[in-house]
Amino acid sequence: MRAVFETFRRDFALMWNGGGGALAPLGFFLGATSLVPLAMGSDRALLAAAGPPLVWIAAALAVLATLERLFQADLEDGSLDQMLLSPTPLEALVLAKGAALWCAVGLPLALAGAPAAIALQAPAAHVPVIVISLALGMAAFIAIGLVGAAVTAGVRRGGVLIALIVLPFFAPPIIFGAAVAQGEAVAGAMAILGGCALGALALGPIAAAAALRLQAE
Amino acid sequence: MLSQFANPARFMSLSAWAAPVLALLAVALFAIGVPWALLLSPSDYQQGETVRIMYVHVPAAWWSLAVYAIMGAASFVGLVWRHVLADIAARAAAPIGATFAGLCLLTGSLWGAPTWGTWWEWDGRLTSMLVLFVIYLGYIALWSSIEDEEKAARLAAILCLVGLVNLPVVKFSVDWWSTLHQPASVFRAEGSAVHPDMLGPLMIMAGAYGALFGALLMMSMRAAIFRRRVEAARARIGAP
Repeated sequence: MRAVFETFRRDFALMWNGGGGALAPLGFFLGATSLVPLAMGSDRALLAAAGPPLVWIAAALAVLATLERLFQADLEDGSLDQMLLSPTPLEALVLAKGAALWCAVGLPLALAGAPAAIALQAPAAHVPVIVISLALGMAAFIAIGLVGAAVTAGVRRGGVLIALIVLPFFAPPIIFGAAVAQGEAVAGAMAILGGCALGALALGPIAAAAALRLQAE
Repeated sequence: MLSQFANPARFMSLSAWAAPVLALLAVALFAIGVPWALLLSPSDYQQGETVRIMYVHVPAAWWSLAVYAIMGAASFVGLVWRHVLADIAARAAAPIGATFAGLCLLTGSLWGAPTWGTWWEWDGRLTSMLVLFVIYLGYIALWSSIEDEEKAARLAAILCLVGLVNLPVVKFSVDWWSTLHQPASVFRAEGSAVHPDMLGPLMIMAGAYGALFGALLMMSMRAAIFRRRVEAARARIGAP
């Protein structure tokens, strides 16, 4: 248990402070969403229809950009070997890393979804649901991303490869998340989104840990 | 019984005659199926001649799903029993399955334009099929980007098993979201809803696709095994 907590603390500190920190994906997210009205024109009706789903796309791409180095650094500096030596199951440590990523990047992105959605003319009443759905969606994205990051950890410049592997699996959370963002069938879509997140959280760390054991061989 | 076929030497002697036999079977079935489906079978009373696209589209769709399921089984065997032949089979099947999935999407689009009045619709079946196609591409890309072949096999196998979650989504997408794509018409509890005059050529075409897949898979596996033997021999004599 202690190892899990320490892994979380270490990874959270690394993501929060190192290499542009948590601000980098946040800046990417806000930059990407601010390009939307520039590309589509600032027509209110058009933005209100297309804006909230585009918040989801931008958030998915922002979290994707953080995945490449997630396990690569551990593989290179030997932290992964230490994790394997630890009596704590690797699955739990992987889950701790995912949780750290969610706290350092996922949650700030979900919160930044509020100003972004308002700027893209989402009705103010929808904003709390959009933030909650983004927080759930980030958990699903990260749990799926753990697998993509783990299988490509040994590949140099694997960024595009991760995107190719992970993006098809982003489809279910995006579908139901965007449904929430547009305010259609909110309760049902939110329940399915939560189901996607839980399913991904249950299976993702197991698959990622299996891949990491191979990477360390 | 499976371990009988798991021996590479036995596989090579079996596939030496099984691959050409399957290839001949595929040619024969296509020789029957293509004229039957494209010329002799009746045209649809609503769709007219465009219904003939179905004979290319539906078997491609079935086999793209079946090939992924076979890859999943081979990946499982490769991961659990660390069997080289299973790894080779999964790798060799992927480009064939990707081609079937791409053919399914392409012919579906060509059929949709005159029949539905649109080249593409973001319907549950179409979307999940596109996802299957991209998963195939990701699997192929992952395998070719890792140099250590054994490690690549295991990692790709994990990805393949994760991708299995998409198969039931493709299968049941037409029941979950009854939008544009029609629900299952051939394999259903109440019996097929397709007229026997059309079911005959459809099944022949499906058999032809299956024989083609089997032949291509075995030939591709043989090529991979020969390549490995050459590499092993070169390593033995110390050639670069």
